[in-house]
Amino acid sequence: MDALDTLLLSRMQFAANITFHILFPTITIALGWVLLFMRWRWLRTQDHAWLAAYRLWTKVFALSFALGVVSGVTMSFQFGTNWPGYMERVGNIAGPLLAYEVLTAFFLEASFLGIMLFGHGRVSERVHMMATFLVAFGTTMSAFWILSLNSWMQTPTGHEIVNGEFFAVDWWQIVFNPSFPYRLTHMLLASGLTVSFLIAGTAAWQLLRGRDGPATGKMLRLGVTLGAVLIPAQIVMGDLHGLNTLEHQPQKVAAMEGLWETTQGAPLLLFAIPDEATRSNHFEVAIPKLASLILTHELDGTLRGLNDFETHPPVAPVFYAFRVMVGTGMLMLLVSWLALWQLRRHGWQARALPKWTLHSLRWMTFSGWLATVAGWYVTEIGRQPYMVQDLLKVASLVTPTPAPTVGATLAAYVTLYLALLVAYVGVLRYLASKPMAATPAEDEALPASAMIQGGAAPQGAPK
Amino acid sequence: MMPDNEWMPVVFWLLMGVAMLAYVVLDGYDLGVGMLMPWARSDAHKDMMVASIGPFWDANETWLVLGVGLLLVAFPKGQGVVLGALYLPVAVMLVGLILRGVAFDFRVKARAHHKPLWNALFSTGSLMAAAAQGWMLGRFVMGLDDSPRALGFAALIAVALPVTYALLGACWLILKTEGELQRRAVAWAKISWPAMVVALLAISVVTPLFSETVRVRWFSFPNILALLPIPLMAGLALVALRGLLNSHRIVGDGAKLAWLPMVLAISVMLVGGMGLAYSLYPYIVLDQITVWDAAAAPGSLWLILIGTSISLPAIAVYTFFVYRVFGGKATALHYG
Repeated sequence: MDALDTLLLSRMQFAANITFHILFPTITIALGWVLLFMRWRWLRTQDHAWLAAYRLWTKVFALSFALGVVSGVTMSFQFGTNWPGYMERVGNIAGPLLAYEVLTAFFLEASFLGIMLFGHGRVSERVHMMATFLVAFGTTMSAFWILSLNSWMQTPTGHEIVNGEFFAVDWWQIVFNPSFPYRLTHMLLASGLTVSFLIAGTAAWQLLRGRDGPATGKMLRLGVTLGAVLIPAQIVMGDLHGLNTLEHQPQKVAAMEGLWETTQGAPLLLFAIPDEATRSNHFEVAIPKLASLILTHELDGTLRGLNDFETHPPVAPVFYAFRVMVGTGMLMLLVSWLALWQLRRHGWQARALPKWTLHSLRWMTFSGWLATVAGWYVTEIGRQPYMVQDLLKVASLVTPTPAPTVGATLAAYVTLYLALLVAYVGVLRYLASKPMAATPAEDEALPASAMIQGGAAPQGAPK
Repeated sequence: MMPDNEWMPVVFWLLMGVAMLAYVVLDGYDLGVGMLMPWARSDAHKDMMVASIGPFWDANETWLVLGVGLLLVAFPKGQGVVLGALYLPVAVMLVGLILRGVAFDFRVKARAHHKPLWNALFSTGSLMAAAAQGWMLGRFVMGLDDSPRALGFAALIAVALPVTYALLGACWLILKTEGELQRRAVAWAKISWPAMVVALLAISVVTPLFSETVRVRWFSFPNILALLPIPLMAGLALVALRGLLNSHRIVGDGAKLAWLPMVLAISVMLVGGMGLAYSLYPYIVLDQITVWDAAAAPGSLWLILIGTSISLPAIAVYTFFVYRVFGGKATALHYG
């Protein structure tokens, strides 16, 4: 049983780590581009409100980036410490993809981040814009490589297997494997939506608390508009991604739909409690034939059920996570379009929005995180029990490290992550509650010094 | 001579060594500054210390990702053994790096009364990471042997490496700061200097005693003559460094040589790294797993090598650019 315990604990450890990690890239991937936009608006309009917004969100970016980096470093080590079999078997494929991520993305973003954050006055506006662009580009490149690898594990192509070891045959097929374009677009849009609702929610919170400044209205309009534009695109993209999954990983879709028997005209389950013991659902609330219509575009289309597959993923977590993701997406559609419509009616004045709209936006501040994590649970748990779909089982790759060691480190990581999450949200609130100033000089005049680093500098202060 | 493609794993072994050495030097001074912070006399000094490494630490830590990444991707059949044996110290290091990295940002963004807490976590994280790295270096040099004497050696390095980092950090502060803080940095450098000597001596003496391979390699004739420059250069640089710490040319206004302690400390690390590489070649685990046992398929290595040959020069160029932009004495950092 020891092996099983180490396996389970290692899975929990990796799940905890990657859940914590993905929160921050989800913010920085899109926020980098949004910062570029804010800076550009400030340069074009010379409206200080844009500069104030830029400075607030730069701080959030720096903090999110740091959390993303440290949890990412942790993950790279865990490949070796907890899953040594992964690189032993798939290293010839995964290695180059990971190496290219480090070489083309990590160094780019990490190096230019310093100039982006602290380079004002040291470099020209053009060089600064270029640095900001390179950071945004780097985060996006990082998403490109890591999602390529993840997609390959879901829909492997372009390889051959000799004595259990994977070898690359066609790199184009490996990088651009069948699910990659869908997964990458889905994730980039998720990042955009996460940032939209984060910005709009923060602005709504400032208005509700009476902490609003000149930038608040701009932030709210930007967040709501971006969200309202991206969410329909995301719904279409999600549908296409689902069809792609149906083609390549039908057992995952069967788990998402909670469909046990192969069915013609399968219903869409709004709610149910899947039970693997009885291989049936309890308390079904269903819309007849809708699942078949969505997935096959025919009312009487046939969907394969879970009983049709020799192995399939655990049903309940995939089933629930899918509903959380889709439900959150529907709420995003409702809230962003409603807020946009009301903004238009009130002459784009954020302050004129009804209280309950602001409250809705505020409660949706972290909705992007919820949907993103739920979506990743669907796709990752939906691949179980395989590490590489149908070819390599997770259980065969785990470390022989004793369970207590893995358990102890798991407890340490989880405690640390929870504390950091609380600190992160707390600091976000604190930053949003402070008056937003457009320049560091104005900060110093403020009672709560908003200076970033240095306090009063006795030596070497710029003269 | 080596048959076709047999040189490839050696190239990757060297690349990995370069990445690890770059990490130890670059993040070494970051971690050193972090560990020295509790001895700063004022909050302004602490802010200045953090400001001196602010624009750099993130890129510095990326060298660790590259180093371990190369271990994972180029030596898939060795990484499990190495990282499995170092499971706990890796976890300690990671927790340390997490604390250090986030405290960096939190300490200036959180409420003012939380700042001392984040300062403490910043230093604790730096110390945890440095000590864990020392322990791992010790274990690695001993071929992951777990006899009491090998573990004792690892414990020695777990103390020596953090103090060596402190020396690097102090030299960095001599370069980047002025006035009272700079004078404090000189004092810190003097205190940590002996530890670096002890660490280098310990590795140089113990490794040949422990491994027949290493002994033959260093002490057979005429190898020893050709190799003599390595310890000689390290020794000279160390002595010069110590002498310089007493000189008025490194402190105060118009000190022309404030950069030299850092350069000397780095050259000791580089020479030490070369000596270590000579001892350990061509092993992933000393006397047990060679680079050829552990290497990935040649096709995959080629692809990584092409990418590396293009990106490493580019990385060098923009690293140089960043150091130029933030050159000179450190100043308070502002966003926007």
